[in-house]
Amino acid sequence: MRKHILLLFALVLTVSFKAGAQSLLENSQVSGSFQTDAQYYMLDKGINITDLMGKKLGVNGFGKVNYTNGNFSAGMRFEAFLPEMNGFRSELNGVGLANFFASYDNGFIGMTVGDIYDQFGSGLVFRTYEEWSLGMDNALRGARVVLRPTQGLTLKGVYGRQRFFWAPYLERDMGNDDYRGIVRGVDAEWDLNQSISSLNNSEFKMSLGGSFVSKKQADQSSFYNIPENVSAAAARLNLGYGRVSFSTEYAYKINDPSAINNFIYKEGHALMSSLSYSQKGFGAVLQVKRVDNMSFKSMYTGKQNDLDINFIPPINYTHTHSLPSMYTYSTQPNGEMAAQLQVNYTIPKGTALGGKYGTKLAFNMSQVNDIVRDSVKFGNAMALSQAGTLGYASKFFAVSDHRFFRDINFEVDKKISKDWHLTAQYINLYYDIETIEGHAGSPVVKANIGFMDVTYKINKRQSLRLELQGLWENEVHKGYEVEESEKKDYQKRGDWAFALLEYSINPHWSFSIADKWNYGNPVEEYRDHYFTGTVTYIHDATRVMLSAGRQSEGVVCVGGVCRTVPASSGVSLTVSTSF
Amino acid sequence: MTLLLMALMVTGLQAQSKSDLPNITLKDLNGKDVNISKLSNNGKPIVLTFWATWCGPCIKEHNALNDVYQDWQDETGVKIYAVSIDDSRSTAKVKPMVEGKGWDFDILLDVNSDLKRAMNVSNPPHTFLFDGNGKLVYQHTGYIEGGEDDLYEEIQKVAKKK
Repeated sequence: MRKHILLLFALVLTVSFKAGAQSLLENSQVSGSFQTDAQYYMLDKGINITDLMGKKLGVNGFGKVNYTNGNFSAGMRFEAFLPEMNGFRSELNGVGLANFFASYDNGFIGMTVGDIYDQFGSGLVFRTYEEWSLGMDNALRGARVVLRPTQGLTLKGVYGRQRFFWAPYLERDMGNDDYRGIVRGVDAEWDLNQSISSLNNSEFKMSLGGSFVSKKQADQSSFYNIPENVSAAAARLNLGYGRVSFSTEYAYKINDPSAINNFIYKEGHALMSSLSYSQKGFGAVLQVKRVDNMSFKSMYTGKQNDLDINFIPPINYTHTHSLPSMYTYSTQPNGEMAAQLQVNYTIPKGTALGGKYGTKLAFNMSQVNDIVRDSVKFGNAMALSQAGTLGYASKFFAVSDHRFFRDINFEVDKKISKDWHLTAQYINLYYDIETIEGHAGSPVVKANIGFMDVTYKINKRQSLRLELQGLWENEVHKGYEVEESEKKDYQKRGDWAFALLEYSINPHWSFSIADKWNYGNPVEEYRDHYFTGTVTYIHDATRVMLSAGRQSEGVVCVGGVCRTVPASSGVSLTVSTSF
Repeated sequence: MTLLLMALMVTGLQAQSKSDLPNITLKDLNGKDVNISKLSNNGKPIVLTFWATWCGPCIKEHNALNDVYQDWQDETGVKIYAVSIDDSRSTAKVKPMVEGKGWDFDILLDVNSDLKRAMNVSNPPHTFLFDGNGKLVYQHTGYIEGGEDDLYEEIQKVAKKK
């Protein structure tokens, strides 16, 4: 009898397991990725690296696994910084499970618990994201609910605490006297074209959205009276008709004294709008932005790129070549007025200028200035941006004469023949290094930059690519007088030349050598060569990159958020794969 | 009996996965929702290629793909979706760039990097090829001059299978 029951049990178990396993396995997928970046540092007197500060090796690595089965998904990410590479925050040092989540979404309702990445609108009041190359992760650990009650309507709610490196997710946890607040937010988005059937295929497009976010953080200050609940709200609108589209978002934040805004009790504003026109072969977009006291962090004492609740997107052109990207703008959350115009045009094939393949042209201009600040009453006196006061008054449309940044550039991209391809760009740059990088007293960078990038296809498998770049400063170059005490501020200043030669064998190999030369630095000892050699091997989704040489001091920026990279010399290796 | 059970279990375990296209909703350039798991191309192959307006090699790859896209479509019926991972700093630039460069692909916007995370893309460009049933058959990271020829070989293999 017992044997029969056991057998029956086994059969039921097997059948149900089979059924279960079938549905479980039929739809289940496991995927993931790994990446390791390592750098071995060496002494190099030529570029003033005479002490490694006890760090010979930096290793940043992560491994992530995702599991999905129909409407269910879950994942986790391990991270290891043993120790972190130079230029990354020292708080990253360590190993652990940095991120995990479980999520269910059937189209009507979606729920996620764990670490959440999301954004409301363009992120002016809420955005959590992760950027490996910056060592940045402000994920919200908590819960999220998404509801889609009818076609075109999406409602979202989030609740949790943000990641701060390896600090445990407790209220009082930062290892010193700092607290980290709770973040709560709701967002609604209504797309009229999807929800109203008569508009489904209309040329006219419209969607609306609104969000509300609040943070709750204990007041730990014995000096200021810090508001424990700080809320922010935003409204957005997207309109389109045929080839024209317009979108705008406005955000408001109540007073939120913090280390970033020097503890002023002023409210914050942000406005971002864009207007674009496009048709086959031609596209143009104009964007404007105003930011006024909009840093929003879940720890008001924070001063660096951590625990940001919102994201203020920079709208300037993102350069990717070596010299053009040397001076990259980073967002000034305390105030900026920005405008940007981008035009793309393709001269059609078969015309005199278009040739056989057409010629692609692009023009971009962007400029950022400060906002205008007027003093406000404080007691019987007037005060300007003074801690503990209302800070300043600012007229909404007034633009300060103080220019932070300007970039005017023009690019030609041309396939000359079956085997030759050319890209060339000219850039005129104005970069207020004192404001953007905090080098007090340093003269503004005014420079002309040009590059050409030529590719020659030797045959079906092999190609050669040559990059030539130059950066010429208008004022700071050889002969510019630099005081002995200020020398350090001129480490990367003056004129630069850059050349790169790359030989690639499709699909696996690429070899390159490059030299970046600060030949026109006003300080003679900084006129260094930064020579590097790189070998890359790619196989399907695996990439191995080994490079050796010198890396110049610089700034790595993604999305207006930057980290500085100190000069180094040595060998670096990157291995990444996904499956 | 045990053997039978084992056989049953093995057949259960051998069941093939249906589709590798994740259940994630993105928007197209008209703001319309597109659920990736529901992408279909009448049994013909689908290519998803991750790119960004600020990614040089991606633009090179797209220019190269665009030159041959019409031929590829005629020969294999393949459909290319170019997934932009531009975030709010540059989403407004996507449409003018795509139109200005004259690309013919379907463009999807992954503003919050949801699909990028789900498909484990570390760095663009990253290209995925799915067969007519949504099964992932090939993926490749990076772009080297001529890389489109290898992608096309894979597409032809998949198209022939049908």
